[in-house]
Amino acid sequence: MTIGVVTFPGSLDDSDAMRAVRIATGDAVSLWHGDADLKGVDAIVLPGGFSYGDYLRCGAIARFAPIMEPLIDAARGGMPVLGICNGFQILCETHLLPGALVRNDHRKFVCRDQKLRIENTSTPWTSAYQPGQEIVIPLKNGEGGYVADESTLDRLEAQGQVVARYLDGNPNGSYRDIAGVANERGNVVGLMPHPEHAVEALTGPTTDGLGFFTSVLNSLVTA
Amino acid sequence: MARVVVDVMLKSEILDPQGKAVHGALNRLGFDGVTAVRQGKRFEIELDGAATPEAVARIEQAASTLLSNPVIEDFELRVEQ
Repeated sequence: MTIGVVTFPGSLDDSDAMRAVRIATGDAVSLWHGDADLKGVDAIVLPGGFSYGDYLRCGAIARFAPIMEPLIDAARGGMPVLGICNGFQILCETHLLPGALVRNDHRKFVCRDQKLRIENTSTPWTSAYQPGQEIVIPLKNGEGGYVADESTLDRLEAQGQVVARYLDGNPNGSYRDIAGVANERGNVVGLMPHPEHAVEALTGPTTDGLGFFTSVLNSLVTA
Repeated sequence: MARVVVDVMLKSEILDPQGKAVHGALNRLGFDGVTAVRQGKRFEIELDGAATPEAVARIEQAASTLLSNPVIEDFELRVEQ
């Protein structure tokens, strides 16, 4: 099972994401933003960072990179795609995911170990968790406030598309404490905190993040 | 040659922390009487020819796809000859 990780100019967490895939016993494949080639991977991670310097809006320029055309087609066809932090912003800019991410309401960059509750364990990225499981993984963002209009938020809640919610305080002003969402089909997931930084006891606060990567590998095996 | 100006603003219901920060700074500097500040973006787009309806329509398309995100932002477009 191969999981592609896309590197854009300004991506920061691509190597950590590839390492997380390997620790979860998957094959990590490096994908380049300028290639319109998914190299036959089974799933894709859009990593965190500051693609194109966050110019214009976070993710707005990356969304039009050559790799995104086949990626959007594959996502619409059901391929599992996980966007972490800047990757989440890119997926919102493509409108594969509803809503948008705006500057933190308190105007400061936030970097801390964040408690979350996994709200939906039926996506290919969260099936390894128990419903309602609480996890702690790093959060680090300046523009992590999740916003959408009221009717969209109501629809997300009703359809179980809220994948993870912040616990013990909302770190960035996200509406309804939303930390992650999925598309209607569930194969495309966006998450503001960073599971790829919590996969080893030596370097992470926990190993709680590993479940995102083992989930997708299991879902690919059973698919 | 024509110039098309596109102004992009966050929708009114979206919190604008940058505008709030500027508002706070205005108050600190003694510029009182200000009730709110919202910050946007202005794009000046130079065309290689006249601002024909077709050319303006193209810029309008660019404004609604790349320059603004309709989920959170509105834009206004005008032609400066």
